[in-house]
Amino acid sequence: MNSSRHTPLSPAGSPLHHDALHDSALRHVTGEALYVDDLPEPPRTLVGWPVTARVARGRITRLDVEAARAAPGVRAVLTAADVPGVNDVSPFSHDEPLLAAGEVFAVGQVIALVVGESYDACRAGAARVVVEVEPLPALLTIEAAEAAGSYHGTPHFMRRGDVDAALAAAPVRLSGEVRTGGQEHFYLETHAALVVPQELNHLLVHSSTQHPSEVQAKVAEVLGLSRSAVVVEARRMGGGFGGKETQAAHVACLAALAAARLRRPVKLCLNRDQDMVMTGKRHPFVSRYEAGFSAQGDLLALRVRAVSDGGWAADLSGAILDRCLFHLDGAYYIPALEFEGRVAKTHLASNTAFRGFGGPQGAAVIEEVLHRAAERLGLDPAAVQRRNFYGEAPRDHTPYHQRVEGDRSARVFDELTARARYAERRAEVEAWNARHRWQKRGIAYQPVKFGISFTASHLNQAGALVLIYADGGVQINHGGTEMGQGLHAKMLAVAAHELGLRAEQVRVMHTSTDKVPNTSATAASSGSDLNGQAVAAACVTLRERLRPVAARLLRCAEADVRFEGGRASDVARPDRAVPFEEVTQAAYMAQVSLSAAGFYRTPDVHYDRAAGRGRPFHYFAYGGAVVEVELSTLTGEHRVTRVDVLHDAGRSLIPSIDVGQVEGGFVQGLGWLTREELVWSPEGHLKTHSPDTYKIPALGDAPRAFHVALLTDAAQEGVIHGSKAVGEPPFLLAIGVLGALRHALQSARGGAELAALDAPCTPERILRALATPPGA
Amino acid sequence: MHFYLNDERVDISHIDPTTTLLRYLRDEAGLRGTKEGCAEGDCGACTVVVLDPARPTNAGASYRAVNSCLLLLPMLHGRRVYTVEGLAEEGAGGAREPHLAQRALMERLGSQCGYCTPGVVMSLVEAAHRSDLDEPWQVDDQLCGNLCRCTGYRPILAAAEAVAGARPEGRLARGLSLWGGAGAAEEARGDAEVHRAAGAGRALAAPSSLEALWAEWAREPQALLVMGGTDLSLMITKRFERPARLISLELLPELRGSEVETLPSGERRWWIGATEALSDVERLARDLCPSLERMLRFFGARQIKNRGTLGGNLCTASPIGDTPPALLALGASVELRSAAGARLLPLEELFVSYRRTALRPQELLARVCVPLPAPAAPGEETRHDRAYKVSKRQELDISAVSAAFSVTLSRPLAPAAGGAGGAPPVVVAARLAYGGVAAIPTRARAAEGALVGALWSEEALERAVAALAQDFTPISDHRGSAWYRATVAGNLLRGFWHEVSAGAPARLPYRPTAAVSL
Ligand SMILES: Cc1cc2nc3c(=O)[nH]c(=O)nc-3n(C[C@H](O)[C@H](O)[C@H](O)COP(=O)(O)OP(=O)(O)OC[C@H]3O[C@@H](n4cnc5c(N)ncnc54)[C@H](O)[C@@H]3O)c2cc1C
Ligand code: FES
Ligand code: FES
Repeated sequence: MNSSRHTPLSPAGSPLHHDALHDSALRHVTGEALYVDDLPEPPRTLVGWPVTARVARGRITRLDVEAARAAPGVRAVLTAADVPGVNDVSPFSHDEPLLAAGEVFAVGQVIALVVGESYDACRAGAARVVVEVEPLPALLTIEAAEAAGSYHGTPHFMRRGDVDAALAAAPVRLSGEVRTGGQEHFYLETHAALVVPQELNHLLVHSSTQHPSEVQAKVAEVLGLSRSAVVVEARRMGGGFGGKETQAAHVACLAALAAARLRRPVKLCLNRDQDMVMTGKRHPFVSRYEAGFSAQGDLLALRVRAVSDGGWAADLSGAILDRCLFHLDGAYYIPALEFEGRVAKTHLASNTAFRGFGGPQGAAVIEEVLHRAAERLGLDPAAVQRRNFYGEAPRDHTPYHQRVEGDRSARVFDELTARARYAERRAEVEAWNARHRWQKRGIAYQPVKFGISFTASHLNQAGALVLIYADGGVQINHGGTEMGQGLHAKMLAVAAHELGLRAEQVRVMHTSTDKVPNTSATAASSGSDLNGQAVAAACVTLRERLRPVAARLLRCAEADVRFEGGRASDVARPDRAVPFEEVTQAAYMAQVSLSAAGFYRTPDVHYDRAAGRGRPFHYFAYGGAVVEVELSTLTGEHRVTRVDVLHDAGRSLIPSIDVGQVEGGFVQGLGWLTREELVWSPEGHLKTHSPDTYKIPALGDAPRAFHVALLTDAAQEGVIHGSKAVGEPPFLLAIGVLGALRHALQSARGGAELAALDAPCTPERILRALATPPGA
Repeated sequence: MHFYLNDERVDISHIDPTTTLLRYLRDEAGLRGTKEGCAEGDCGACTVVVLDPARPTNAGASYRAVNSCLLLLPMLHGRRVYTVEGLAEEGAGGAREPHLAQRALMERLGSQCGYCTPGVVMSLVEAAHRSDLDEPWQVDDQLCGNLCRCTGYRPILAAAEAVAGARPEGRLARGLSLWGGAGAAEEARGDAEVHRAAGAGRALAAPSSLEALWAEWAREPQALLVMGGTDLSLMITKRFERPARLISLELLPELRGSEVETLPSGERRWWIGATEALSDVERLARDLCPSLERMLRFFGARQIKNRGTLGGNLCTASPIGDTPPALLALGASVELRSAAGARLLPLEELFVSYRRTALRPQELLARVCVPLPAPAAPGEETRHDRAYKVSKRQELDISAVSAAFSVTLSRPLAPAAGGAGGAPPVVVAARLAYGGVAAIPTRARAAEGALVGALWSEEALERAVAALAQDFTPISDHRGSAWYRATVAGNLLRGFWHEVSAGAPARLPYRPTAAVSL
């Protein structure tokens, strides 16, 4: 098992574009890294325990908390009636009460919060809360919601050409349905918040959140305070993956409500079962499609109606649906098309952001369409993929009318299929299959083209605050949060590069809303793109303030000053140099300001949703994977045996960190598509609410042969130091697992056509697919 | 009672005995490097190592990775526990030098969010100090109890391969020789008849002899027995129920050990103490009983097997327990003991109904007896044993279906491949056992009947597969539908037939694609 590394560790000059460790690596392995639940509690800290709904939908006819309030060790039991401000924690749709008011809409919805001296006391108190709910009919599937006309928001359409005519004229026609399941984030650290009352009515909120500013806003609204009264600090998360983008606010607001009421510190950490039941997951999608192809495998027309399960509240479902539609084209040009997207409103936990944000669900649809076409035509699916990539005008127009400039799909395909010997291995696989009765192999290529930017254009902004102390010490603050993705390591490198320091000379501070205001979530893979620009801008401002000071010290022209290796030197006479700290000391003495803010907004992104037209993305990130699997026709068990990836991270800021994102994203995607199955009871109770029954990939599920390389000579214009976002795109590489499984299944079924392969492809699904008659 | 936490003595006689080590570390000791990810043994974030003294059954003294979320404090009596905070070596000038396991993981970028990391480190510590890691699958097995959502595992496996068996010098290595001797267990047992911990109105007693146990149990007839706690502790950590009285089997020498007895007839019987850790049983089974090893390989995870026992697995009588089918097929029996004496019961008779056993009040399971097959002589009857476990995820998952088969053929099978070399042998005896298909682990008598006396042929096989429908009707749940279970039950039998016919080895290869390895 190995991965290519590009560049050596411990660079001498700028740390950019060189391998580096995670900035917290040593603290991780020694156990010193602190997460919210690890922070030392201030004296008199209380804990909270939520009382949640046990029916999927109903009217609360009785809610009696008196006995619970009197229970030993219980200090408060809070209900909707105790909310002084707005009883809502939704990001913008005002449909998500913090505490249920009159009605419940999903099992696990919070009805009351018991606050007490210990979890035992809280639980005993919770057992005394009387909740009576008159059940109402609940919608628990996308189909049920559709039948009832129950939706969130408005439909989203994209159109081009006359799709009916193009379908009618197409020599080869396919139709079918693609289903992809939900996915629990399973961040190892569950949701957590510790709220400490400050002087006056101010609050300090420690939150495991990807979006401190939203937590701040929601806490302020719930308590009827100004945002200036609330400071949210997010030092690090034990994983986020989108699950802590909006939904961290809920836990933080509950704790804040209690802390404000009792004027005591309150901690609320969900246990695993609570977290899995209460919080939202990746959206399941059902997509119905009709497609038309030429006899050679050219995609001529595609109609898709994609419907997601949004759960009970809108959350980010609208934007996630949008991103699904933005990725229904995969990496391919579609001459005539009509896409329609809807979000079904059901009575399950409210689904939310998860790495890829709808993109993987969209791309999975077109991959199934292309694979089926190839199977029907007897072609290698990779050949069909290759011939449908975007190209020269007019083949450069996306379904939303943004032009694809500098498409890298073909380049990645050609380099990777050669390196991974795709064609030879496909032949080897077929030969192996001919010799093996009970075990079959499959191989597939998977391209990725992922649009980068928040599709709500105003979110594409970021701020930073950089402080330099007279002794040369540097602190950087930025609006991004660290959840393991290595953002802080990248920001250190960016700052060190601009100031001419080594990364160790710079300290990244905990993300805090009192340093950088109005930040966007660390999401949409945008963390380093946006914050990197802001950090760089602040550092450049400071460097330019230091330049005249250094010039005076070096007695040279300002233009000749170079900051590098922890020193300022004179380019004309490189032997003449002064240490950075001497420059900063001199600057201090000269009354030069040593703090600066930086700001960045992405230019040129806009989208008109009603028209289905615009330029939602600053650029696209590309990648490709060749995936090989083996399955057992006796049990349906299967294993990904080898994966080769070539991923486009632009000119990677820190290759070792980016390779980690690719590997981790792939395995997470593999889990989504094969192992991770959410099962609900007919009454809407999640039955797979702990790792006992919900299976994320374990060590042995990671491919034994796992070769990840980053595309070289791939600098991206207009992005920080030529890099590209890398958080989400690699997740989509795992869709190749489905292609490879299809190949193996086709082999096992003697070439008989297989219409649908629903995900997750558990062993049972595979066995069913084997038992399914042709075409069904 | 007491234990040593990072080399400091901790007295636990007056602490609520249902306190888990994880809660103690985080809430009382202020050691918050050890994380909770699930409180049920399924994620490994809480992993710590416990020094396991040398015993006849294990490969010498070793540090064992265990789930601190499932360990009740009194289970640690006399033991040495190390957490992620207790690994560093005092370096030059008082600097703290990370342990090899910590360095290896850090340098390979084996942490991203870092939340799984302390647990991974502790599993690597076990790997580093093990002396019995000689097959690649063991490294997977060592780590499969540590879930990581971030890294995709490649760097973690790379670190594991780098440290496995490295046996680095330093404090932990010295500790092995200082405190790892057989005497350590004796010392823990000490002079006391019964060791006790009590607090918050709850009490645990750890008798150091069976006599003391009977007396204790007679006094506290409602007390629950506990051994590894990998099953029992879940009532505390997941259902929030706190048993008032517990009796731990930890210190009973009578329930430990492993011994192969050769009868005058030449038959061999393997006696396994009920409280032997499954990881030790697994190691011994590698040579003695490959089908049991095959079942244990994908049983829980290393941390679970380091604490879980055969006695616990059989006495929970779970329909999805994995050792019952393996042992049923092997024709095992169990030795039950009470103050009144001992009795030997065929294992099948232990399972009465859903999660109910034939254990009488105040009776326990002392030993398991596994008849071992005689080595096959040319032309003579030969026995073929295989065990299969099918689950959604191969590692650390509960079976959807498990099965174990044992057939005795009238003579060895002709070497595999091609041409019909005369009539096949006759099936002299067959024991086909299943888990996950009925309310108790069960034998498929009708299918056995279809095989016994028949030629070892695909026709007989298909008759046996068809007969399974009379033997049980599986149910649907989140682990698999009735259809899946029934189909797989039949297919495992088919797979068995083909494995045996093809002469496939009884041991699984590294990273098998499926339970059936063809
Ligand atoms: C994460 C996880 C994974 C698991 N994976 C598997 C798996 O893959 N397959 C599987 O089969 N099981 C699995 N288990 C269940 C459990 O580990 C096993 O059943 C284990 O063998 C129990 O042994 P123990 O010593 O820990 O039992 P304990 O928890 O100590 O006891 C279990 C029960 O048995 C009783 N008992 C224990 N010993 C005796 C005895 N000698 N005489 C009489 N009664 C006794 C106790 O009173 C108690 O009721 C898993 C558990 C966890 C938490
Ligand atoms: S907390 Fe997950 S195994 Fe212990
Ligand atoms: S590093 Fe985040 S879970 Fe492993």
